Amino acid sequence: MNPPPTPPVTAPDPAAPLLELRGVGKDYGSVIALDGISTSVRAGEVTCVLGDNGAGKSTLIKILAGVHRADRGQLLLDGRPADFGSPREALDAGIATVHQDLAMIPLMAIWRNFFLGAEPTRGRGPFRRFDAARAKEITRRELAAMGIDLRDPDQPVGTLSGGERQSVAIARAVHFGARVLILDEPTSALGVRQAGVVLRYVAQARDRGVGVVLITHNPHHAHPVGDRFLVLNRGRSLGSFAKADVSRDELTRLMAGGAELDQLAHELERPST
Amino acid sequence: MGTGEAGEPSTRRADERLTAAGPLRRLLVRPELGALVGAVAVFTFFAVQSEVFRSARGIANWLDPASTLGIMAVAVALLMIGGHFDLSAGVMTGTTALTVAIVAVEFEQNIWVAIGISLGVALLIGFFNGWLVTRTGLPSFIITLGTFLMLQGLNLGLTKLLTGTVTAGGLASAPGFGSAEWVFASRMTILGAEVRVAVLWWVLFTALATWVLLRTRFGNWVFATGGDEVAARNVGVPARRTTITLFMTTAAAAWFVGTTLAVRLTSVQANTGIGQELIYIVAAVIGGCLLTGGFGSAIGASLGALVFGMTLLGIPYLRWDADWFYFFLGAMLLLAVLANRLVRRSAEAARR
Repeated sequence: MNPPPTPPVTAPDPAAPLLELRGVGKDYGSVIALDGISTSVRAGEVTCVLGDNGAGKSTLIKILAGVHRADRGQLLLDGRPADFGSPREALDAGIATVHQDLAMIPLMAIWRNFFLGAEPTRGRGPFRRFDAARAKEITRRELAAMGIDLRDPDQPVGTLSGGERQSVAIARAVHFGARVLILDEPTSALGVRQAGVVLRYVAQARDRGVGVVLITHNPHHAHPVGDRFLVLNRGRSLGSFAKADVSRDELTRLMAGGAELDQLAHELERPST
Repeated sequence: MGTGEAGEPSTRRADERLTAAGPLRRLLVRPELGALVGAVAVFTFFAVQSEVFRSARGIANWLDPASTLGIMAVAVALLMIGGHFDLSAGVMTGTTALTVAIVAVEFEQNIWVAIGISLGVALLIGFFNGWLVTRTGLPSFIITLGTFLMLQGLNLGLTKLLTGTVTAGGLASAPGFGSAEWVFASRMTILGAEVRVAVLWWVLFTALATWVLLRTRFGNWVFATGGDEVAARNVGVPARRTTITLFMTTAAAAWFVGTTLAVRLTSVQANTGIGQELIYIVAAVIGGCLLTGGFGSAIGASLGALVFGMTLLGIPYLRWDADWFYFFLGAMLLLAVLANRLVRRSAEAARR
């Protein structure tokens, strides 16, 4: 019973993307970490950011999540210029980031983690208490809505597999009203099957009208789920493509630096006899 | 942690790789289980051999040291779950007891005024500990070691300065003593045995702490702050405020125990409480608290205190040399730590 993909009702201008980058750049001292990055994130779409190690993916996330400010360029939220001074401000604007460490406490139960920092309460005054029954119920329901089948919301998060933890973190961000969901390498440490499971939840979040930014260095994970692809190399954009304009092989070639890969393929070829 | 209603969605296809996570396994990861087994074993051991130990009067006797220790152990357990130690907790019972006695006797105040001032002093010390720990990010172990030594010096120095001796006494003649005695040091007869009121307070505080830990937002924050402070802060848990509150709670417990001691004995030695801080930690650890924080229980800490009380009086009841007491306590501590290690491993083992 997944809700049908709904158009965003919060955006004042429905044609404007949820989040747009225009010529964004960032320097660390004399190192240009990022320069001239432009792309957009629309509601109900997945924008993939691809790049090899050191391409500037992490810097880009930090700018989107409010950890760093961009030194150049513009960040537009709902078509209006935005400037996030802290992760809290970005979160309040509806931009949730699921970092690689997931911000979950391994020793605590899933439902306790799910509502950590935003616990539902009931009762008044000194009798105000954590509504555990409701928290468990909502956790179970939200996870089920994302198609996540957990045995028992009472088990500690530490006993979950990497993919399951990632899924719980995604469900949590969606439940707490994320309009833009930034996923930092959600599949990097996972096996093939687990990665597939996580990608399915990414698609679920997309279908619920969330704009997703998926950061990865794996074009095989990005291409099936992505609608738009931003390829980074050494801090610069190699282009922002719609899905129709680029194939998976082209993405792979772009990421590896195109010509370099051709050269490599040539070198590795068996000498023809 | 949670009291897990067994609401397993049984209609769904179970994961075929899952070993039976039945009620037994669930029970095993509960923090207080080890302490419960320990308490039952210790009780059985002494009760079988000593008739006095298992009599109503004997039980009332060993409940008494368990109660004052238990009140402290519960507060210290909360603090440990929150990821911190308080080495000044023991000497703080002396500080608060001395404050009550000196303000009431030397400054001739109503004893309730003295008790109120003592609470203010305790909360201030607790706040100072918590504030310093959260501000500096230094280990609480070293910061509270500092306050411990400072308070030890202050207790002796100020008592000598104000009373001329190392004892503050004469509390029984202070105005209001009767009502204070009723609250902090009365006795009642249950099943023919005289039980001190501290035992009731102990049960009450244990229940309250358990409720706070498991059923309030604050309790959730305590587990989270102790489990992973950075992650907790990232999702909006006020970790700093939580830590300071926990230090102040420990201080308030020290005030309660200190006042109880002062009213019971009507005179207070300047070295009261020194060395007790480690016993509190021992009780909390026997009760299932992890030294690294994020896991533990108030009931467990109370059971740890119970084990302490039973061993403390059980050994003389068996006419053994009292020197063996610390050997027993140490062995119990080692067993508890080994058991806790297994718990943590099973809870944190990530299956990728």
